[in-house]
Amino acid sequence: MRKSWWKILSFILLVYTIIGGFLLDVPHLFILNETIRNLYFHVCMWFGMMILFAISFIYSIKYLLGFQYRNDIFASNFASVGSFFGILGYLTGALWVSVTWVTDQGQSFGSVLKEPKLIGAAIALLIYGAYFVLRGSFTDIDKRARISAVYNIFAFVMLFPSIWIIPRLVGSLHPGAPGSDSGNPALDKNQLDATMRMVFYPAVMGWTLLGVWVATLKIRIALINDKKLINE
Amino acid sequence: MYARILALLKKDILLELRQKHTFYGILLYIAATIFVLYLSMPNSPDAIIWNSLFWVIQLFVCVNAVAKSFLQETRGRMLYFYTIASPIEFIISKLIYNAILMLFMSLISLLLFFIFLDNPVSNSLQFVGIVVLGGIGISLVFTIMSAIAAKAQQNAALIAILGFPIILPQLLLLMKLSKAAFAEVFRDGALLQLTGLTVLMDIMVIVLAVILFPYLWKD
Repeated sequence: MRKSWWKILSFILLVYTIIGGFLLDVPHLFILNETIRNLYFHVCMWFGMMILFAISFIYSIKYLLGFQYRNDIFASNFASVGSFFGILGYLTGALWVSVTWVTDQGQSFGSVLKEPKLIGAAIALLIYGAYFVLRGSFTDIDKRARISAVYNIFAFVMLFPSIWIIPRLVGSLHPGAPGSDSGNPALDKNQLDATMRMVFYPAVMGWTLLGVWVATLKIRIALINDKKLINE
Repeated sequence: MYARILALLKKDILLELRQKHTFYGILLYIAATIFVLYLSMPNSPDAIIWNSLFWVIQLFVCVNAVAKSFLQETRGRMLYFYTIASPIEFIISKLIYNAILMLFMSLISLLLFFIFLDNPVSNSLQFVGIVVLGGIGISLVFTIMSAIAAKAQQNAALIAILGFPIILPQLLLLMKLSKAAFAEVFRDGALLQLTGLTVLMDIMVIVLAVILFPYLWKD
């Protein structure tokens, strides 16, 4: 992971995202207007978060298979950067909400909070908050690694139905959901404008790579700190 | 294997019957909570509020009833279990025991709800079925959380922190499902779909418990 090409790629993609995202033409839709550019930032945060959580999940499985302390460091740091992306996703979402749903559609704060996507995201953040609380309650490092790996695996698997099920239960304002009885209100790639797609996919890649980059930096610091514990 | 699961189950039930104070403690907890609700609510809350209150109470009853299932096992006793049973047998016996306990507690709290807060349910039998299904589902999740929290040497507070975000989808599913018993009309097949999803999640929890518990088992 110490190779530098993907870090350079991440940088180039993000520069492209910011320049392309603000300068390229976007479709002018009712209510959304220019705020649609937030797609390149807001949606990417959720993609990044889920990918980072998935990586954390994989390292937790690896930890339980071999009990190597290294893997626990990987799992916890990917989870923490994932949570940070989740918080950023909330913030960018809040910005977007404040100029679309709240002002233009006159939605109340309460109805916005009951959005299925918000519930799903809240569950994800609460789960990882609980994960860190659990980690904090141990003094024994091996025990902490083992028990939190178990919780991480359990929670991640349970997170998936909550993302699939809740959107089918609650009506939504979120784009991609035509009506409350529709299917899963996910982002529909066929509805995305062609020029937007040209920026959106690189943006997802760029942000995710940036997240992985931040996580690897944190991991390297942790590995140096715990050098004595890892006999390799 | 079955014999050992049965033996462990029998041990838990016997313990419950002999140490009656915890059992009555939970019963009292249910009665007191519902009585407080009765005093603080209008005599007959409408169906939606009744439904939400009922499931939230189930959640808290479950935390209290299931919490002790691993916390009560002392270190010495756990050592003894290591020698006589496998982790899978142990967790299955715990899951079954807690499901039975929670079933009992759910039905009692339902009865108290009917007595104190009226009965807005139009199809009582169907609602009892949903309560049985939901009680089992909630107890399964909290059994695992109790196993995790017991390792952290923490009290019931940690169980709530760990369990609430995970139980939320299931709880929303149950609240939605129970609206069927309040004569809300569903799309064709939606009721079956919701029931199927709930059962599927229960199965998933059991599978995860069986896979993951061996890692929680030994220090």
